[in-house]
Amino acid sequence: MKHDLKPIVQMKNIEKHFGAVIALAGVSLEVLPGECHCLLGDNGAGKSTFIKTMSGVHKPTKGEIWFEGAPMNFQRPRDAITAGIATVHQHLAMIPLMSVSRNFFMGNEPEKKFGPLKFFDHEKANDITMQEMHKMGINLRSPNQAVGTLSGGERQTVAIARAVYFGAKVLILDEPTSALGVRQTANVLSTIDKVRKQGIAVVFITHNVRHAMAVGDRFTVLNRGLTLGTAERGKITPEELQSMMAGGQEMVALEGSLGGTI
Amino acid sequence: MSSTTNAPQKDERIKEQSKLREWLIRPELGGMCGAVLVFIFFILTAFDSGMFSAAGVMNWSIVSAQFTIIAVGACLLMIAGEFDLSVGSMIGFAGIIIAVLSAQFGWPMWLAIIATFFLCLSIGALNGWLVIKTGLPSFIVTLAFLYILRGLTIFTAIVTTRRTIIGGLHEKADGDWLAAVFGGKILKGFFQWMGDAGWIETFSRGSREGQPVVDGIPMLIVWALILIVFGHILLTKTKYGNWIFAAGGDAEAARNSGVPVNSVKISMFVFTAFCATVFATCQVMEFGSAGADRGLLKEFEAIISVVIGGALLTGGYGSVIGAALGALIFGVVQQGLFFAGVESSLFRVFLGVILLLAVILNTYIRRLITGER
Repeated sequence: MKHDLKPIVQMKNIEKHFGAVIALAGVSLEVLPGECHCLLGDNGAGKSTFIKTMSGVHKPTKGEIWFEGAPMNFQRPRDAITAGIATVHQHLAMIPLMSVSRNFFMGNEPEKKFGPLKFFDHEKANDITMQEMHKMGINLRSPNQAVGTLSGGERQTVAIARAVYFGAKVLILDEPTSALGVRQTANVLSTIDKVRKQGIAVVFITHNVRHAMAVGDRFTVLNRGLTLGTAERGKITPEELQSMMAGGQEMVALEGSLGGTI
Repeated sequence: MSSTTNAPQKDERIKEQSKLREWLIRPELGGMCGAVLVFIFFILTAFDSGMFSAAGVMNWSIVSAQFTIIAVGACLLMIAGEFDLSVGSMIGFAGIIIAVLSAQFGWPMWLAIIATFFLCLSIGALNGWLVIKTGLPSFIVTLAFLYILRGLTIFTAIVTTRRTIIGGLHEKADGDWLAAVFGGKILKGFFQWMGDAGWIETFSRGSREGQPVVDGIPMLIVWALILIVFGHILLTKTKYGNWIFAAGGDAEAARNSGVPVNSVKISMFVFTAFCATVFATCQVMEFGSAGADRGLLKEFEAIISVVIGGALLTGGYGSVIGAALGALIFGVVQQGLFFAGVESSLFRVFLGVILLLAVILNTYIRRLITGER
């Protein structure tokens, strides 16, 4: 489907050891521009460690990270952000008491000059916030509305819209749907779809196969610090993904007894 | 919003919000209502007492301005998520250092003032640095400095002069350019003119016959106004203000977004120390003396002003205008009770009650803003 595209991020044989614990034992993954690459895995599979390596929080013990065709050596999360890898954390980088527009531009405030002095350009910030949120399908009452008044799904969307506006080429979403209701999950998934269509690569971390199947182009399953390979959409069934995540045999038996409800 | 390029459609799920509610969630609301109520109360009960004559207005304005100077610093620091309990001790410390440097060591007043500012701002930075580096609550770190500074103040005064009050500073300050910035008065000609024109009362006897009872605006009030304007613009109109809110709202989230939280917090500790030193210098220039016990309990009065002004004790929310209104309420009530002939010990009762009410109101407003139930 998109094999003519060059991968924007290549993670080659990443290993990460924490003391005596081997969190990642050689994981490889490629992310293409404009795709939604789902990273699946059960709790403790190493998903978080893996994306933290990608976003510059951890340095890999072994292995290479290639970004846009060149090897990268991220020292700090800031380096990854500058390169264009943005992470939207499970626990959001949003401040509930501050307005949407103040949150949107936190750390990147637009300024206008007034003589030698520089002031926060609230007008510009408000306009851009309203526009960007509108593009994502959220109509704010006012850009001065506190983020605390937004639902969990809307907050995720603000965080995603912010990352996109500030030039993210790769967007890492860490379990964005794990704490959300059905309706809000649908909103976030449709946001992911919109972002992907702008040509931005999305790495979507989840342990919910149904959410992954809804938007994913390719699926990589992590289990006990190892990858079980990448599958393309249409070439794998939800059941197969589920059993790969759980690591095989027992799950099949367990699932049988539950009547295929998981 | 001025220009809507995209004219968002109405969303049926968004309830129309009343103007009243919009007003309710302004942090200054409590301070405004409080100020209006306080003025109505004293106009009704103490109008004839001279509280609203020129001298009376100047009396409570000066007291309010004193509270304002330290409240602006405490306000920005509280919004950035920290406290400074050493403000009162810092006031005593700064005063004694100025006095010792000028009266004992014979330094010119301007040099003594500049050196004191330098020393006090450094201590403010040390406070902030310790809070950041140790990760301890600022409550504990600055409580330590409350004792350390007070002890050093008394020690310095006793060792150098064998007294805890150092006087004779008026002579040293006379004609000093920097002393005038803190102890002088402005608009003297204007007040003389108002006195001559009969707008305000003049002395009818004695050596000052013909002079107005209020002969100018003390620099203390000018400093209070400058600090309000500076603090308000910094907080609401600049990038740095956004960082202050962010640092206090959620330091971790702010760091993730690239806000230099540590330097923001430390700079607010320095600013608080600056405000305390301005207060101390104005007071020393006014009295012509410094006392080792000056500034007692000022840290709490500053915090109460800020809370009455609508700031949240947990940080991330508040207003400089609110804090100034809190300080105004404070000053008017403290002096008003005197004018109204009420036993002055009741002032503390009032303070406790209004603090409690303010915190309850703030908690309620916080729920309104964040939509929590």
